[in-house]
Order: sequence, then structure tokens, then C-alpha cells
Amino acid sequence: MSYPHLLGLAAPETILALTALAVLAVDLAVLQDLDLRLRRLIGAMFAGAGCLAAVAWMLALPEAGDWGHGMLIVDPLTRLVKGGLVALAVLAILLSIESDFTPHVGEYYAVLLLAAVGMMFLASSADILMIFLSLELTSLSLYILTAFNKRNRVATEAALKYFLFGGVAAAFTLFGLSLLYGVAGSTNLEDIARVAGARAIQVVTSENGVATRILDPLLIAAIVMTVIGFGFKVAVVPFHLWAPDTYQGAPIPTAAFIASGSKLASFFVFSKVMLVGFAGAEGSGAWLSLRPGWVAVLAVLAAASMVWGNLAAIRQRSVRRLLAYSAIAHSGYMLLAVMTRGPEALASLLYYAFTYALTAVGAFGVVAAVQGPAAEEGLSDFAGLARRAPVMSLCLMVFLLSLAGIPPLAGFFGKFFLFTAVLRGSHGLSDNLWLVILAIAMSTVSLYYYLQVLKQVFVREPSGPTDAVEVSVAAQAVLVVLAVAVVALGCAPGLLLRPLLNALAAASW
Amino acid sequence: MLAWTIYVSFFGVVALMLAPRDNARAVRWVALASALAGLGIALASLVHLPNGPFEPLVKLPWIAALGSDYFLGADGISRVLALLTGVVAVAGVLFSWNIEHRVREFFAFYLALVGGVYGVFLSFDLLLLFVFYELAIIPKYFLIAIWGSTRKEYGAMKLALYSFLGSGMVLVGLIAAFVMSGEKTTNLFLLAQQPFPQSFQLWAFPLTFLGFAILAGLWPFHTWAPTGHVAAPTAASMLLAGVVMKLGAYGCLRVAMTLFPHGLDPWGFAVLGFGSWRDVFAVLAVIGIVYGASVALVQSDFKFVIGYSSVSHMGFVLTGLLTLQTTGLSGAVLQMFSHGVIAGLLFAVVGRMVYERTHTRDLAQLEGMGLGRAMPFAAVTFTVASVASMGLPGFSGFVAELQILLGAWQAFPALALAAGVGVVIGVAFILRALQKAFLGGGDAAGARGDFATGAGTMASISLPERLGSALLIGASLAVGLYPRCLLDPIVSALSTPLFHELLKGSVP
Repeated sequence: MSYPHLLGLAAPETILALTALAVLAVDLAVLQDLDLRLRRLIGAMFAGAGCLAAVAWMLALPEAGDWGHGMLIVDPLTRLVKGGLVALAVLAILLSIESDFTPHVGEYYAVLLLAAVGMMFLASSADILMIFLSLELTSLSLYILTAFNKRNRVATEAALKYFLFGGVAAAFTLFGLSLLYGVAGSTNLEDIARVAGARAIQVVTSENGVATRILDPLLIAAIVMTVIGFGFKVAVVPFHLWAPDTYQGAPIPTAAFIASGSKLASFFVFSKVMLVGFAGAEGSGAWLSLRPGWVAVLAVLAAASMVWGNLAAIRQRSVRRLLAYSAIAHSGYMLLAVMTRGPEALASLLYYAFTYALTAVGAFGVVAAVQGPAAEEGLSDFAGLARRAPVMSLCLMVFLLSLAGIPPLAGFFGKFFLFTAVLRGSHGLSDNLWLVILAIAMSTVSLYYYLQVLKQVFVREPSGPTDAVEVSVAAQAVLVVLAVAVVALGCAPGLLLRPLLNALAAASW
Repeated sequence: MLAWTIYVSFFGVVALMLAPRDNARAVRWVALASALAGLGIALASLVHLPNGPFEPLVKLPWIAALGSDYFLGADGISRVLALLTGVVAVAGVLFSWNIEHRVREFFAFYLALVGGVYGVFLSFDLLLLFVFYELAIIPKYFLIAIWGSTRKEYGAMKLALYSFLGSGMVLVGLIAAFVMSGEKTTNLFLLAQQPFPQSFQLWAFPLTFLGFAILAGLWPFHTWAPTGHVAAPTAASMLLAGVVMKLGAYGCLRVAMTLFPHGLDPWGFAVLGFGSWRDVFAVLAVIGIVYGASVALVQSDFKFVIGYSSVSHMGFVLTGLLTLQTTGLSGAVLQMFSHGVIAGLLFAVVGRMVYERTHTRDLAQLEGMGLGRAMPFAAVTFTVASVASMGLPGFSGFVAELQILLGAWQAFPALALAAGVGVVIGVAFILRALQKAFLGGGDAAGARGDFATGAGTMASISLPERLGSALLIGASLAVGLYPRCLLDPIVSALSTPLFHELLKGSVP
């Protein structure tokens, strides 16, 4: 337990935190008098450089270690996840260059970097205290990022909703985690699993001598509380109410970051807490034979999210709200992998979460590039976009079809891996089959509303102006690269899957 | 070599995307060149290896985590259907020669669809096959929604959702097979050898079969077909009826039936006289034959007549598949080819020659126009197509339907009788359409005044249309006069080990 060692392990996070301070200082000291766009550009360059430095550090000095008994774990897996998180932060930064919503440029980038730092710590810890702290750092930063557009009432309302729901959810998480601590007497997930797992199932003998196996009531309360907290973070039904408003009202880079980075980090830590911390209390989510346990809870939530997310998305007339409901549906799919033990399931979860994050950022990026920062946009604003911005339209097609799960795009393989892993991991084929069938049936529904958007873009004639949409070269380049990445990860999924499986083989859990 | 059919199609897509937006001429020629290259390769492969065994084309490791390979191959069935794709693709380009609206995008979507279809016919890795199968859904949607006619957005969406629903069912079946096998492979040959427990096959088979059969127009899941075909632009109708419906039938044969041959076994009990999934699907297929033909008999829209005739003819294909014996199966594959060519021709006459000149498809209106005299070429072409569609000797349909009926007679005589009734109704509806559209009264000079074209006169049949018609008629005649050119490869493919389990124990 030496501080130089800790500094070495936490170097990427430290670099990002220092960059955040540097961006603040530079913007405050030097840039105040410059044009806003130039300030955003310089701020983004600083922030991006910091991210690059963090990734370079992780690549150049691949340290591994466990500091403070699970407080900070660095191994190939967490390094990979953190690399992905930094990449998503860079994308959010790039998106923000063209978005004009605030004069507080330095503050925006600083808070965005702090959110990224929170997510990275979240990915690295296996200790419930540390997990809660990083969760709060992430959440508080994201609330601020949502509220940045002070001139816009919708954005303010969105931020307030996000904050209030988030605050309550954080309280639930904290309560659940403290119950867990009360049961186990330790904050380390593996220790908790040893103690709590042993007493998870209690055999109760009733008066007439019939023995029934029940779950420890204290553990039930802990499970429910924790699931509520994380369920809010990943936006599953019925804890999703903040998502449509936030996605619609928040500045687009923020919305993209919430949909991508926050989701990846939350799902990673969610599955870690459930699979490691609550080991032994799984129960079962099999059709018509639910047995109490967290898997059963997640099975119900997953089914509800898939159904409600997809059905509600059909009714949406705003593209951003539609993306929000589709995000809810996707969280439902991803929950299936959280329920399943084994390296394959975790690899498929991370593959899904990462490719989903890329496509979500891409879709938001196209919306931003085409429509500017306006908060209200209807489907019909996209009419005839193929004529006005052919490249952007093609990118949007790639992103939306990937979300719908059409091969050979990344989204299809995400679904395929996920479903095979879920069926392989469960005890028998029939255990989770109903969830997989429901998920595939609901993907059919989802194709309908993605096609509704694409219909406007490609089939309808422009309703308003017919001139070409001005999109900056930088924004176009970023989105084209993203689209190519989505196609490439679809055609050669091994590019991401192999490193994931290799890293998982070396991981401790 | 045959793998290049896929690549030339997608090269065509890329070339079109890079082509200048306004140069319609260049765009058409690029599309034609790409389609012709595909046809040439497919034809060369069939001529080169008429009775050839299974021929692996490409096998590269693709996704190690799943044991999937990029595995293309071809046996006789693949070669025959690749040839069909080539013929219909070339004819479709020729019949779309007059498209002016967003022509570059039209042919890009068109060639993407063609490339996906080739891919399905040549894939022997199930994951790869599924990728190509779904790849075909999206171009179909846009082809209909952008360039279609009557209720195009409705028809396009219905078709896309039905296709996606079907492929979702297939996906469940494939994932279940993959997981049940416990092995890391999606290779069709290896999975087909797996002795899946019968209880598993009894639910996985109907799921997968039905998933594919939706795209083959199995009654009562056929409703996407008439609306989709009618809404589609001519070339897309030709591809849809001619080739895409065959994807469904091909999937039934190649995937569902080889993977789960024991799903066709008797259940061991009977419900309403149905003793197995085979009975259920065979009855549905025969209902499709009779129902499709009967509905076609009373349509007032010329294109709906052809749309429903496809349902009827695809019923023959599915019936043939369920006979589970070589005669019926080879007849079914031959019928896929035959119907592909003939339906393409019928849609070409209705959609391109008649509708684009008269701007109506209402048979009652057409009756007064005297099209027989106004458009003699169209009339003759449609007459030939009608004769072929009825299954008269000399055309491909005759051999195919005869074989199917022979097979069905041995497998389920009562259903064979019903299918025979379907043939008779088939003659009736096509003659009715022929008579109303082309042999009705009215004189050409008088009719011309009614045309809503504003131009006053009808454009004469163009050279590309003549070439396309000649190609399709020639293909049907060639196969009708010398059926062995396709039957030999089909039969030799059916005798490979892949189909042993299917053709072995199931003969009643």
C-alpha cells in the first residue's frame, strides 16, 4: 500500500482530472475574450489531448494490480473498459465543438472530464464504498452537464427531473449497499459474496415439519434496493421516466454521453455487483417458475423494458425521444446478459454496450449536425434529408439499422452474441428461452419505428427548405468514421470480441 | 468462381455510389454490366459442372468465438438458383431502363438486393446465410417505398415487417440449434449431422420452417406478397416474386429441413387428422395453391392477379418440398426456377409494358382499350407467359408441376387431387386476365384518346423490353424443352449426404 504505486495505477484518472483543471484554468485566464467557437475548439483540443494522454499511458505502461483490497483494480479487462470510456468521452467532446449552447466553455469540458473520471473509477472498483463514490461523481457531473443550457426551459426541466430521480435512486443504492454491508461486515464484493452467499438461502422448517428454502429477508431488501438504484442508472422500466425528457432536453453532447459512456460504465459495474456481490442469491427467471432471487427480479425488469421501450417508441414524434425509448429497450436486452454468469455473457454484454454506445453517439451526432441545438424536433423535420445531406443520411441509416439489429452491422452481432451467451449460460435451454424469444420479437417491433425515421429521410420529399444542409467537415468526418466503425465491427466482430475474451480470461472474476 | 456473383453485385453498388448523380445513362450501363457479369458467372458455373458435386468456393475463418466461417459453396441447387437470380436480375435491369427518378439510388438498392440473394444461395455457414438473408430486407423496403405505386409505404412496411418477423423466428431456431449442439460451429454440414433430440426438433423445426415459409408466401402468412408485389416498381416485383420468395423456399429446404429432419416425424397422436408438422404444412401449402388461384380469379386489378398467382405457384413449391422424396423435391426446386422466370415475365408485362403506358391496371378499363392491337408485342409476350404459367408442355412449368404432382400423389393423394384443382383454376384466372386485358373489344384508335398520359399516343415497346422478354421466354423454353439441364444438377445435389436423413426414413 504505497502511494507511488497507487499513483501509478490511478494515473489515467489522474491525468484526466488534471486536464479538467487545466482546461478550466486556460479558459478562465486566456480565452475569455475570444470568439465562442474558437474557445470551444481550443477547449476541446485540450480535453482531447488529455484523453489521448490517458489512453497512451494505459497502452504504454500496462500496470496491473489491486490497491486497497478491491478499492482500485487494474487488470486487462478494466483497462479495456476504461479505454472504451475515454474513447466515448472524446466523441462527446468532438460533438460539442459544433454545439452552441453555453458561454461557459471551460466549465463544460471540465465537468465532462470529471464525469469520465467517475466512470473510470466505477469500472475499476470492486468495493461498494468506492462504487458508490464514483457513481455519485459520475451522476453529479451528468446532472450539471444536462443543465448547462440555462437559456432553454426544456433543458432545465430535464435536468431537474434527472436530478430528482437520480437523487432518490442514489439514496436507494446507498441503502441497499449498506444493508449488504450489514449482512457481510465488509465492503469488498468478494468478501460480501463469501459471507452473504453462505447465508443467502435459509431452510425454514414449519410446524408440520415441511422444510422450505427461503432467501434471507435482509438480502431480499438489499437486492431490491440495489437493483432500483442501478435500474435508474441504466434506465430500465419502471425506473426510466427521466430518460425521454433528459435525452430530449439535454445538450446533444451530454445526451450522447449519457446514452453511451454512462451506460457502458453502469452496466459493467451493475453486472459486477450482481454477479460477484450477490452470488448465491440468484434464484431463477425461468418461465412460469420464477424463484426468488435477483435473476428473477432482473428477468421481470428486462421483459418490461423490452416491451414498454419498444411499444412507447412507436408513438414518439421526436427523434430524440424515440432514441430514448429505444435506449430503454436496449437496456432490457442488455439486462439479459447481466443475468447470466460466465465470461461469454460478460464479453457479449461489453460488446453490446460498446457497440450500442457507438451507434447512439452516431445517431445523436447526426441529429445534432442536421438540426442544430434546438430541443424540439419532429420526425417530419427529417423529410427529404437524403437530398439535402446524403452522407449524413447514409450514416444515419447505418446507425439506426445497427440499432435495429440488421446484419452485417455491429448491432446484429451484439444481439447474436448476447442471445447465444444467455442461452448457453442458463442451466437448460428452456430457462431463459422465453426472454430471448421476447427480445427477438420486440426487435421486429423496433424495426418499424427505425424505418419510420428512415422513411422520412429517404422516401419523403423535403417539406421545408430544399437546400443542402451545412455540416462542418469535422463533424462529417467524425460521423463517417463512426459509421465505418459500426460496419467494420459488424463485418469482423472479432476485432473487439477477441480482446474482450482475452482480457476476460485474465480477469479475476 | 461462383462467389464472384456476390462480389460483382456489390462492386456494382459501390460503383454506382461513386458515379455522377445525373448521368442516368452511365448508371444504367453499370447496373446492366454488373447484372450481366453475375448471369455470365452463374451460367458458366452450371455449364462447367452440370452434375458436379458440392464445390467449396471460399472458406475463411470469420468469428472464432462462434466457430463461424466465411464459407461459400455450391451444389446443384445453389447453381440452379444462382442462374435464376442472374436471369431475373438482368431482365429486371432491362425492364427498368426508363427509370429517371433517383436512378442511381434505385440501381444501388437493386444490386444490393441481388448481391444479398446470391449470398444466401451460396452460403453454407448458417450465420453467414442469415446475414445475407437479412441483408435483403432493407433494399426491398426502399425499392418499394420510394419507387413504388399503389399504397407503396404501406406495402413496403408490411413486407419489411413480415420478412423481419420471419427471420426473427429463423434466428430463434438457429440460436437454439447452435446452443443445443454444444459445439462451437455454425457450419451447416456439421450442425446437420448433430443428432438433436426429437423433442427439440419438434418445436425447432416448425419455428424455423414457418419463419422461412413466410417469405415463401405460405398461406395464411402470404398477405404481404400481393400488396408488396403490387406496390413495388416493376423490377422490384420481378425480383420479389421471381427470386426473393425463393429465398424462403430455399431456406425451408436447405436449413429447416436438413437441420431438423425429425421435426417432420409423426407426433404420435393426431389432432383433427393432423399427425405431424408435415401434414400441417402440406395442407397449408395446398390451401395456398387453391386459395391463391381462386382469389386471382376475381381480382379487378391486373397486377393483383399476378400477385395472387405467385401465392398459388409458391404453394406448389412448398407442397413439393413436403413430399420428402426425390421426385417431388426436385420438382419443387425446378418450380422455383420456373416460377421465377415466368412471374418475372408476367410482372414485366403488367407493370412495365401495360401500366406505364396506360396508367391503369383496372381490368375493366383495359378491356375497352384494345391493347391487343395497340401493343401487339405485349399481347404476344403475355400470351406466351400465360401458356407457360398454365404449365403447358414445352415450358418449364410443365415439368416442374408434373413432378410435384407425381410426388404428391405418392405422398398424400388427397392433397394431390386438391392441387390438381388448383392447376385448373390457374388456367382459368390467367385466361381471364389475358382475355380482358388484351383480347377485349375496343379499338386502339378510340382507346388512345382515353389515356391520361397527356401525350396522346403510347410509346412503342422499347428494345430493352424486347430483350428482357426474349431472355425470360428463352429461359423458360430452354428448361421446358430440355429439363435435364437443370434436373440433373438438382437430383445430384439431392443425393448428397446433406439430404440423406431427410429422404431416408420419411417415405410413408
